[in-house]
Amino acid sequence: MAYASLIGAQVKRKEDPRLITGMATYVGDLDIPGTHHVALVRSPYAHANIRGIDTSAAASMPGVLAVVTGEDLLSEYEPMPMESSGEGEAPQDERDMEHTHHALSVNRVRHVGEAVVAVIATSMAIAQDAADEVIVEWEPLPAVADMQKARQDDAPLLFRDRPGNVERVWRKSTGDVDAAFGQAHRVVSQRMVSQRLAGIPMEGRAVLAMPDPGTGGVTIWTSTQAPHLSRKDLERTLRLPENLIRVIAPEVGGGFGVKIGIYPEDILLPVLAKRFGLPMCWIETRSEHMVATTHGRAQIADVAAAVQEDGTVTALRLHILADIGAYPQAPGIPKLTCRMATGVYRIPAVDLQATNVFTNTTPVAAYRGAGRPEAAYYIERLMDLVADELGMDPAEVRRKNFIPPDAFPYDTAAGETYDSGEYDKPLTRALELARYEALRKEQKRRREDGSGNLLGIGLACWVEMCGFGPFESAIVRVEPSGTVTVFTGVSPHGQGQETTFAQIVADHLGADFDRIVVRHGDTRETPMGVGTMGSRGLAVGGSAVVRATGKVRDKASRIAAHMLEAAPEDIVLQDGKYQVRGAPDRGLTLAEIADEAYDDDLPDDIEPGLEATSFFKPPELVYPFGAHVAVVEIERDTGKVHLCEYFSVDDCGPRISPVLVEGQVHGGLAQGISQALFEEVVYDQEGQVLSGTLMDYAVPRATHLPMFTTAETVTPTPHNPLGAKGIGEAATIGSTPTVVNAVLDALEPFGVRHIDMPLHPEKVWRAMQG
Amino acid sequence: MIPGQFDYHAPTTVQEAVQLLQEHGDEAKVLAGGHSLVPLMRLRLAAPSVLVDINRIPELRGINRTNGTVTIGATTTHATIERSEVLKRVLPMLPAAATVIGDPMVRNRGTFGGSLAHADPAGDWPAVALALNAEMRIVGPDGERTVPAGEFFVDLLTSAVEPGELLTHVSIPVPGGNVGMSYQKFGHPASGYAVTGVAAIVTLYENNYCLDCSIAITGAGTKATRATETENALRNQTLDEATMAQAAEQAGTGIDFLGDIYASEEYRQQLVKVYTKRALLAALHAANEGQSAEAQKTL
Ligand SMILES: Cc1cc2nc3c(=O)[nH]c(=O)nc-3n(C[C@H](O)[C@H](O)[C@H](O)COP(=O)(O)OP(=O)(O)OC[C@H]3O[C@@H](n4cnc5c(N)ncnc54)[C@H](O)[C@@H]3O)c2cc1C
Repeated sequence: MAYASLIGAQVKRKEDPRLITGMATYVGDLDIPGTHHVALVRSPYAHANIRGIDTSAAASMPGVLAVVTGEDLLSEYEPMPMESSGEGEAPQDERDMEHTHHALSVNRVRHVGEAVVAVIATSMAIAQDAADEVIVEWEPLPAVADMQKARQDDAPLLFRDRPGNVERVWRKSTGDVDAAFGQAHRVVSQRMVSQRLAGIPMEGRAVLAMPDPGTGGVTIWTSTQAPHLSRKDLERTLRLPENLIRVIAPEVGGGFGVKIGIYPEDILLPVLAKRFGLPMCWIETRSEHMVATTHGRAQIADVAAAVQEDGTVTALRLHILADIGAYPQAPGIPKLTCRMATGVYRIPAVDLQATNVFTNTTPVAAYRGAGRPEAAYYIERLMDLVADELGMDPAEVRRKNFIPPDAFPYDTAAGETYDSGEYDKPLTRALELARYEALRKEQKRRREDGSGNLLGIGLACWVEMCGFGPFESAIVRVEPSGTVTVFTGVSPHGQGQETTFAQIVADHLGADFDRIVVRHGDTRETPMGVGTMGSRGLAVGGSAVVRATGKVRDKASRIAAHMLEAAPEDIVLQDGKYQVRGAPDRGLTLAEIADEAYDDDLPDDIEPGLEATSFFKPPELVYPFGAHVAVVEIERDTGKVHLCEYFSVDDCGPRISPVLVEGQVHGGLAQGISQALFEEVVYDQEGQVLSGTLMDYAVPRATHLPMFTTAETVTPTPHNPLGAKGIGEAATIGSTPTVVNAVLDALEPFGVRHIDMPLHPEKVWRAMQG
Repeated sequence: MIPGQFDYHAPTTVQEAVQLLQEHGDEAKVLAGGHSLVPLMRLRLAAPSVLVDINRIPELRGINRTNGTVTIGATTTHATIERSEVLKRVLPMLPAAATVIGDPMVRNRGTFGGSLAHADPAGDWPAVALALNAEMRIVGPDGERTVPAGEFFVDLLTSAVEPGELLTHVSIPVPGGNVGMSYQKFGHPASGYAVTGVAAIVTLYENNYCLDCSIAITGAGTKATRATETENALRNQTLDEATMAQAAEQAGTGIDFLGDIYASEEYRQQLVKVYTKRALLAALHAANEGQSAEAQKTL
């Protein structure tokens, strides 16, 4: 075996051949004998009481096994824990409230798309035909879909115990904010909206539950980012011993945060499977996805900075109104926004407040970045407004306020301890790549000329918190032939950890990359784990792999010492071989050592076997950062924005797999740019979705985007053995404010201060009309 | 989602197809490319119990040129039009417009006739057919009739094709003289359909003197509409940017404007003016360049 170091190398993804050739197995590809298909009757109303349900016509159709209402199932499970979906800490005080929903909603629905009846049939086509025949007698109630209206006195109330529809208010204040604002040279303030978005992974949600009559347990295949978390929730909900529930995330076609935690269907399917003793399958349609899978963002922020004459920001005020939809699925996210409110800046005083509001809409939970994109958007838009107000260059204002490199670890006024950072480096690099000075000159020329498309240059400096705990796990097992199987607690949903983790193990263990298999996503064969979310896969899961690999390597060294009749301390792993220091001709491969590890003549003081388990608990969060620059042109007569160039310089610490990092950056950019320019879930006043299909809801396409120029700086974190920070959400977080800043920069001659996203042509055109 | 149940027929002659449609009346729908009909069935907004698939009728497919007329069979796909060398030479606006319909998958399945018969207010072909003075041949139980494009688009999603009838062919006169034509489109970022699309044809005498001009607009209103006032303002004028821009101001006259969450009526009014001007400029440019296909590409 020729030996090459793989960490940091351009390694092709192990996952790709099966994905590209259509050989991957998603939930919808499973073909289990006896499977019945479930179609759901969902609420067409945003707020309504269920007065009666007539299932008789549907139930009598050929091929229909049963038609089941929420009432029918009440005794078979515990209501669903609501706070399970999301990132960051999960508040514990919700369990006893009425704010749970059921496998199928009972009595009342609070948003369009709540499932109320399940139709079970021998085929999906029959189930859907029969679902059309179910008659629900609805009593429509007044609904409120607008978070500001929801707080008014006369607004319809979603929950009796939540006056004003306020779920909770979170506050934090540090330093003398009032004094800072009182003494400020200028106060710069703006109301901004981070609009509601839909997740739209390529694969929607899907659940197949199969009863195990032998044990009374159940196996559940579900398209999830976190099978272990799901099992934990289901144990409570299904009243089954945890070790009789097997949750499998097979191939998962993306998630972006919307596949964390359990949904009603995750309870419904195993309940039906147990009740009827048959495998039960439900595959989400795209129409269902738009209303029954959680949305993201949906905040209105009032943000203000106290600014000194030289551009120094002395205090920040951020008051958020967060639309959390009809149920508290992830009420902790607005707090994450507050915690990242100060961004990359040294701002000593803050007044932060988040008010969660219920509305008759689909619940809002994690979506790529979950809380942090909103924070970056507010502070980075605000910095541009500060620059505008003082007549400074946006880059200069930022440099004025950066947390300096020697200040780390740095305690922010918002309560975070940033691990490491050097914020001017990526900014300088991004401005160089973009030829910033030349762009500004060209802009000046065009403005004087007064014709042709408007030119805008935008920049933003982002930082985010990621690598959430509480832990992640790995088992590294070397089989007698020298193959290695890695069992990880994280459950990739497209990221490619089968590749990254194999790279780590190959280098740290001297194993053959092609003979390493990374297993994941099955609670029966992987150690207790958490999942893929909050950019934690490598920083936390990868660190567990490093630790477990280290243990295996120590043991391999001991066995090698025995075989080579040397002292364990003298064994080094070099060029893929375990050898005695200074004697490279007598090296052993991992396979030779593994063979010995399971052999009879292993000495008594060495336990047989060659595997180790590690649980890694991150001591602190990690804070990747970067700087982006966008160049846009705007058509004067239509307001249409053309994104012409994009520069992304991101610092996620050392890059194990540059190819995967690049992929995450590209995808992240697409999504962040898309929030700026295209996407929005729109409700009417009655809570009906107006953007319910992909004919109306604009998912970004390749033709919407320019070629990206990407680069890196490398600032390791001290908090894990890889020095790695996260990159999964990074580019989404950085790109939204960058693009909006560029558009507003282009519009400067028109005196336009701010436009709320998405920056559809009409909005931009109207702004130009004054 | 999955459509409701239906019976499927695949006749091989027009006669057979018309008979089947006759037999099943309101219950039956013609299936062409299926790229408008099948999404409606999947969403269960349409639930025909009989589908008459016309894709196996050879005489409905293909592009023919005879004398001064090009005839396009109803089931000719957008992709076939996009690649047609004949059309690139004589009616270059057709292949150029085909390139901006949906994506390659849509263009490989979707048909010229289906798009016209469906009369989607945001479809591209209606504007092109209208500007080119196309004639639609419709076969029904009482035989064949011909409807000029100007009378074909009746209302939102309503064309002159009655239930039980089949649109079989579209005939387009090849314009003579020094002609330039262009289709300019503002596409929806999600659907790709026209928020506004304008097809413009100018026939010039010397020095950009406009002998004739024809402009049709789709996307903005309930149906594709001719911009008659703008056409009148330009005929017998010398065309330059200022003249065309001024005439384009009237292009929205007669349109029953639509608004939605992406673009309001007022904004569509603006788009109609801007895109009429752009289409006219591109058509003029194409005429000056000697009407080559290349000149049809967007400005
Ligand atoms: C993702 C997507 C994007 C699209 N983007 C665009 C776009 O940018 N621009 C655009 O113009 N279109 C677009 N379309 C629509 C596409 O061009 C369709 O193919 C076209 O509108 C309908 O043609 P069809 O052959 O698919 O008709 P079908 O869907 O088969 O039929 C449509 C209707 O017309 C009737 N019909 C069809 N043929 C005949 C006939 N010969 N005689 C009588 N009745 C008939 C059918 O009964 C049905 O009611 C898009 C479609 C999709 C799915």
